[in-house]
Amino acid sequence: MNALKPHLIRLAPQFAVLVAVVLLISLAFPDFLKLQIQNGRVYGSLVDVLNRGAPVALLAIGMTIVIATRGIDLSVGAVMAICGAVAAASITSGHSLVYTLALALAVGLLCGLWNGILVAVLDIQPIIATLVLMVAGRGIAQLITEGAILTFNDPGLIFIGSGSFLGLPMPVVIWLVFGIAVTLLVRRTALGMLIEALGINRRASTLSGVSTGVLLVAAYVLSGLCAAIAGIIAAADIKGADANNAGLWLELDAILAVVVGGNSLLGGRFSIAAALLGALIIQSINTGILLSGFPPEFNLIIKAAIIVLILVIQSPRIRDLAALFGRSESAEATVKQEAK
Amino acid sequence: MPGNILGSEDIILSATGIDKVFPGAKALNKVNFQLGRGEVHALLGENGAGKSTLVKCITGAYRRDGGRLVLDGVDIDPRDTFEAQRLGIGTVYQEVNLLPNLTVAENLFLGRQPRRFGLVDARAMNRRAETLLAGYDLDIDVKAELSSCSVAVQQVVAIARAVDLSGKVLILDEPTASLDAHEVEMLFAVVRRLKTQGLGIVFITHFLEQVYAICDRITVLRNGQLVGTREAAALPRRELIAMMLGRELGDEIKTVAKAETEEGPVRYRFSGYGRRGHIAPFDLEVRKGEVVGIAGLLGSGRTETAEILFGAEKADSGSAEIEGKPVELTSPRAAIRHRLGFCPEDRKVDGIVGDLSVRENIALALQARRGWARPIPRAEQERLADQYIKALDIRTTDREKPIRLLSGGNQQKAILARWLATNPEFLILDEPTRGIDVGAHAEIIRLIENLCEQGMSLIVISSELDELVAYSHRVIVLRDRTHVSELVGEAVTTAHIVEAIAAGEKQGASR
Repeated sequence: MNALKPHLIRLAPQFAVLVAVVLLISLAFPDFLKLQIQNGRVYGSLVDVLNRGAPVALLAIGMTIVIATRGIDLSVGAVMAICGAVAAASITSGHSLVYTLALALAVGLLCGLWNGILVAVLDIQPIIATLVLMVAGRGIAQLITEGAILTFNDPGLIFIGSGSFLGLPMPVVIWLVFGIAVTLLVRRTALGMLIEALGINRRASTLSGVSTGVLLVAAYVLSGLCAAIAGIIAAADIKGADANNAGLWLELDAILAVVVGGNSLLGGRFSIAAALLGALIIQSINTGILLSGFPPEFNLIIKAAIIVLILVIQSPRIRDLAALFGRSESAEATVKQEAK
Repeated sequence: MPGNILGSEDIILSATGIDKVFPGAKALNKVNFQLGRGEVHALLGENGAGKSTLVKCITGAYRRDGGRLVLDGVDIDPRDTFEAQRLGIGTVYQEVNLLPNLTVAENLFLGRQPRRFGLVDARAMNRRAETLLAGYDLDIDVKAELSSCSVAVQQVVAIARAVDLSGKVLILDEPTASLDAHEVEMLFAVVRRLKTQGLGIVFITHFLEQVYAICDRITVLRNGQLVGTREAAALPRRELIAMMLGRELGDEIKTVAKAETEEGPVRYRFSGYGRRGHIAPFDLEVRKGEVVGIAGLLGSGRTETAEILFGAEKADSGSAEIEGKPVELTSPRAAIRHRLGFCPEDRKVDGIVGDLSVRENIALALQARRGWARPIPRAEQERLADQYIKALDIRTTDREKPIRLLSGGNQQKAILARWLATNPEFLILDEPTRGIDVGAHAEIIRLIENLCEQGMSLIVISSELDELVAYSHRVIVLRDRTHVSELVGEAVTTAHIVEAIAAGEKQGASR
């Protein structure tokens, strides 16, 4: 239990914000918290939040690792569109589901590899390197779908978007399992520490024998894989690949989720769980605003205002102030103890 | 006091008893520095000697912790560089501190452009710029972008701006580092002209020829302390190097019997090892339990030698052998596999991973060698950290503290621990005692001697010659990125090293 304590402290602010947002919404709409079970499947607004948040949650997993290396991946939205288009094109031309999934995931890995090589081998700034695929990727996706929305009705592929497993929607199961798997992968091996070292001081890490180049490429490859899964889910959800709109601007939501999760854009220490909580916070706000029935024009502004508030709470200035209060309290405490 | 021949009315800037303390190290300790009118005064010392700290205390970039600063007979206490500039102290840095996308004239008058009806009067500004530069024998188009001028011209423009703004004291911080010989001459002409106008000029450089070419007096700092101020004409180059690197000539004591290691088998052999533009090809042999010292002035190729041995820079000529077997040391990773370790000179940039804990910093190199799939168990990491925190007396409240919060000496010991944890057979230490307090200094020297007794091979680079002489079995002397001399056994004395640096002749026992 003692080993868990620092992790819980790390996640406390994000968890508190999530609870506050959910409570706030449920004050206005008591139905928000209601859960029903029909045909062995759980329904309710909270499940919707988990389900709708799946693409951003998946992207946030890869983005967390990339940002920990002091990088950023702007291409994930476009990679989602590419992989969705690849999956749709493959399944409509009669390939099996397994083949289709493998192909779409492989394309995602390839996109990540491209980004990783630009960043690690050619030493191009990550924001520029991934901007290339962000712009070109949507074009590639449009080429694959030939400009139209490529629809399909393969029940297997559709199941990934709207089926359920153990009473939970498939997308929720996928991002939960994938998030736990990646967390275990980086924290049960030395990967997490090596990635943090690389993000904090690449040269010192290289001089200590860390394979910084390989790690950098791997981070972008993981991000590509996450985008591929998210792309397949997004396509399966609407039973078609929309090259223009699939994953549009989601790279920004993913970065936001990572930042709301308290991870620094300067790299280093990271927490995937916190980024996932960040993704849920963003999705709760989205769903809450939709429920409230405000005109859609207000949605973005309200969302921005709430996020500014969260970022202000996390800003170094405010944190310093809080630490100052905290320290003076603990100083008083020690003085009192010494007096005894 | 030798060299202090100026009367008080001739002194334009006088700094007395300047103190500056950084966390963990005293950067300046009661330093005195006096600058005369119409004098070019060299400020010399190795990295970390305190030159730039002293200059920053004078220019207001740092607030001094103690001492007096008197400019033109008035006590001053500049809070920032702008105030120092207004008072009359201007500075020009190695990297020209101007805006390359503006014109020459705009750079000269930035922030104080002549105005007419509230708008910048470009014509008046250009006219004044031309007049100003004519005083420097510089006939260039003042409407041209600064970036279109050569670095030397940019340097002169920077000087012109600084003198025009300040006009009493001019500090030149490594102004010639990126200039060729002809451009240096042009810059010196400007400096001589300013000298006749009665400016006090402080000249910081690591080119000793230039010091003798232009300077009237020389002040040497070492480890934050004043070594002395001398007339340049009366200070032989040898003696100057001795002032910068070590004690007075001839007072070295050598006690340890070190003869036996010279007979042992060669464990590491580098032949014709070099890299163009970094270090000329050299031969180097290191035996088991031997300490090879590397001496030379700043920029002589000391760090380059270390980096190429460790694979941080790839050698483009020569070969490496370990116990007779050829090896490829093309990357730090490869070198670590062959049980090499490297403590770099610039701890903050190349050594510590600031936000990681002391424990993680110590485990880093060992973990990297084991590979990501075989994590060192947490308990083992903690045991390792505790062991080295105790053995090296690393002072930290606990092992989970981020390493950036430790003092320089403790950071250095933690980096050493990182390498000792990998059980190395060959350790390269680049300036292991720089910038750390006296206590830690002695501990690290003791550690070096212990490691060597346990049979480790070491290469130690240091600008502390007396220290180097104390623990080295052999000393390689570098000059102009070339290995110029090798001193063995009895010949390892500070006097011989200084001589070799000054002359660069092959000498001492050669095998």
